[in-house]
Amino acid sequence: MSGQGEYHDRPVRLYVVTGGRVRPSRNTIRPETLLVATDTGRQLPVSASSEERSLLRMCRRLLSLVETAVHLELPVSVVSVVASDLIDAGFLAVRGSGDEPACGATRADPGDVESARPDRKLLQEVLDGLRKLG
Amino acid sequence: MVFANSDKRYLPGTVRRSTKILVVGSFGVGKTTLIGSASEIVPLRTEETMTVASMGVDDLAGLQDKMTTTVAMDFGRITLNPSLVLYLFGTPGQRRFWDLWDGLADGAAGALVLIDTRRLEGSFEVLDQLELRKDDLPFAVAVNVFPDSRQHTTAELRQALDLLPETPIVLCDARDRRSSVDALIALTAYALTAQEGSV
Repeated sequence: MSGQGEYHDRPVRLYVVTGGRVRPSRNTIRPETLLVATDTGRQLPVSASSEERSLLRMCRRLLSLVETAVHLELPVSVVSVVASDLIDAGFLAVRGSGDEPACGATRADPGDVESARPDRKLLQEVLDGLRKLG
Repeated sequence: MVFANSDKRYLPGTVRRSTKILVVGSFGVGKTTLIGSASEIVPLRTEETMTVASMGVDDLAGLQDKMTTTVAMDFGRITLNPSLVLYLFGTPGQRRFWDLWDGLADGAAGALVLIDTRRLEGSFEVLDQLELRKDDLPFAVAVNVFPDSRQHTTAELRQALDLLPETPIVLCDARDRRSSVDALIALTAYALTAQEGSV
């Protein structure tokens, strides 16, 4: 990643990477969403973009969306579009969710993504984990 | 692509869930320092896109009054137990970045507001935003004590910042791991209490 204020250009415009879309096909994908490649044995179609290929290769082991964005050197929002496509096509899976809101969050009001908050059990687990840190 | 043979960048395969805490504050207040001292990885920098009102641009008769820009965002990570990982996202607090929060606050356990007592005025915008948000993101205030900071009691600061009685406020040294983790503990304990109170 280039330093702040440094001119940084990309060989391909971002809207080309996302096919002109600004929102992912899934609204449950977040920066901390855990991604892992599915073990389909299928090959990506020849039409797959280099970003799709790189992301899938990177996700052979578990990583969050935001970490893949760092390594792909693309904005998180762009990678979320690419990742959503791969999830829809079955090449990539969200860990810990059966297409449910990712990451153990509960929704107070179904369909209202903004209100999603971790439940009590998860908060207690966070608290216990932090207290154990040396 | 800088990803060769870097196994330790990956999460343990046992991790099933992730959650996050936002670390918000004005520029230079020590967000990345705090994230770095608490994180198990060197803080990483990424970009998030955000739509902003365009200013000083000759627009075509209202056809384009917004433009997309990118904002640098630093984050860290703590594997809390074999199945749970916590991300810490540093988020700029100034008003012009508030749109960015909408995406980030979704699903967050809470926000830790980092404050520098030498520049208290920079904190009001952040606190205003958190109090105005309709999604009730729980937040706690951590005062990053710099060597040349004047000594204030938390009671004095609570009053100066006009905090609600229940909002936690702690003094911390963002360079110190224990101190940074303690601030995160104060926030999480409060988030838990706040949720129990609302059920």
